[in-house]
Amino acid sequence: MEKLIARALEGDHRSIARLISLVESESPQAEIIMRKIYPHSGKAHIIGLTGSPGAGKSTLADKIIAHFKSLGKTVGVIAVDPSSPFTGGAILGDRLRMQQHAVDPDVFIRSMGTRGSLGGLSRSTQEAALILDACGKDVVLIETVGVGQSEVDIVKIADTVGLILVPGMGDDIQIMKAGIMEIADIFIVNKADRDGADRVATEVNMMLDLLGMRPWRPPVLKTIAERNEGVEEVVSEMTRHADFLRRSEEGRRRRWQRLGMEVEEILRREIAAMVEVAWEKEKSPELFELLAARKTTPYEVAERILGTILTETCD
Amino acid sequence: MSERKVRVIVAKPGLDGHDRGAKVVARALRDAGMEVIYTGLRQTPEQIVQTAIQEDADAIGISILSGAHEYYFGRIIELLKERKASDILVFGGGVIPEDDVPKLKAMGAGAIFGPGTPTSVCIDWLNSAVREKWARETA
Ligand SMILES: Nc1nc2c(ncn2[C@@H]2O[C@H](COP(=O)(O)OP(=O)(O)OP(=O)(O)O)[C@@H](O)[C@H]2O)c(=O)[nH]1
Ligand SMILES: [Mg+2]
Repeated sequence: MEKLIARALEGDHRSIARLISLVESESPQAEIIMRKIYPHSGKAHIIGLTGSPGAGKSTLADKIIAHFKSLGKTVGVIAVDPSSPFTGGAILGDRLRMQQHAVDPDVFIRSMGTRGSLGGLSRSTQEAALILDACGKDVVLIETVGVGQSEVDIVKIADTVGLILVPGMGDDIQIMKAGIMEIADIFIVNKADRDGADRVATEVNMMLDLLGMRPWRPPVLKTIAERNEGVEEVVSEMTRHADFLRRSEEGRRRRWQRLGMEVEEILRREIAAMVEVAWEKEKSPELFELLAARKTTPYEVAERILGTILTETCD
Repeated sequence: MSERKVRVIVAKPGLDGHDRGAKVVARALRDAGMEVIYTGLRQTPEQIVQTAIQEDADAIGISILSGAHEYYFGRIIELLKERKASDILVFGGGVIPEDDVPKLKAMGAGAIFGPGTPTSVCIDWLNSAVREKWARETA
């Protein structure tokens, strides 16, 4: 394990890939890995790309990788696709559009299924991003599945969130959905070769006006990802946003908020594990009989279990 | 706790144009609970092997219709050796003459499925071969 982590930190792709798998499958070594990896992270610019299915996230990611590469940066990519809720299987097809980078030693692309995370971004996505960061990728690009909770969750992981809209997909309604407007740092109107791109851009700008003065006014950019048009601008705005975060009070606030969430997440997980153990011990047919007969209440049972946990941990 | 999942690359090397067969296999593997990384058409052996490494795949499935199977299997298996990744299984399907199968297996191919093989045969083979691979890893 020590050796594997050391090799990954030197940038060896096979070792990085293995670490991500161990963390993703919640192996018993996952926590050891993350404890070792974490101190080396915090250097990469983590970028989230979100937007409705088919908006062009993967196509754009492919071009964004190329632009960062031309600036001399190394790039890690995490591309998330939905897992089947019935079989747990998945077809992970995002990287299909990024295969020109497959043999580039400076680019590491990893596909992930949502697995059990109910449409949200799973914890393992964040851990994979931390691993890529620690293992020396300058930029870590995360492509979300673009539905439901994942769109909002990405802000918990990424420094810069790019929201991709396309003309004619009812996105004007989409963006008004609670929270979406607020999380985007850059708006990208892709498929600008189609009618209506200007209108979408204007509408977004109007909504941004309504939100009033904020320390970072998200730019609204038009792209034709397929033809690599407008992508250079996207990359330079992403870099400008990273600079803004580095220098501003807003950036500090966001960094602290994210660190706070990381601690809370671990606390919640640890406590949940303790609670599960204690509750398993307490469970018995007699207890359920008492509950059913209303001789005791779930509140009293919970209180007693909490009491046991507290006395046990204090000893 | 999420358990370890079988991860398979489905690739279509070579220049011939369609990937219907590969897509059918990909869907069948997904329905069997596996994670399939689909890389699309016209992949070079280098791309396929790097993809398998980055994705920490357990197996590479290649679909070949062009008749160049000997070259592609040989090259992929050789590159896996070079990268010290020979533990990754290689299997294939498509149009491969029966007579060539022993040669491909001698090169290191784990299994070759001829035209018309039910996908369940492929799934069963993968499930057991990958579990043996996992057992070797922890040994
Ligand atoms: N006309 C046009 N089509 C585009 C453009 N960019 C991407 N596409 C096409 O849109 C389709 C979807 O592109 P993807 O990049 O796979 O979209 P995605 O958002 O990653 O899709 P999911 O990962 O499935 O959610 C593909 O057929 C692309 O070729 C563009 O700028 N203009
Ligand atoms: Mg995609």
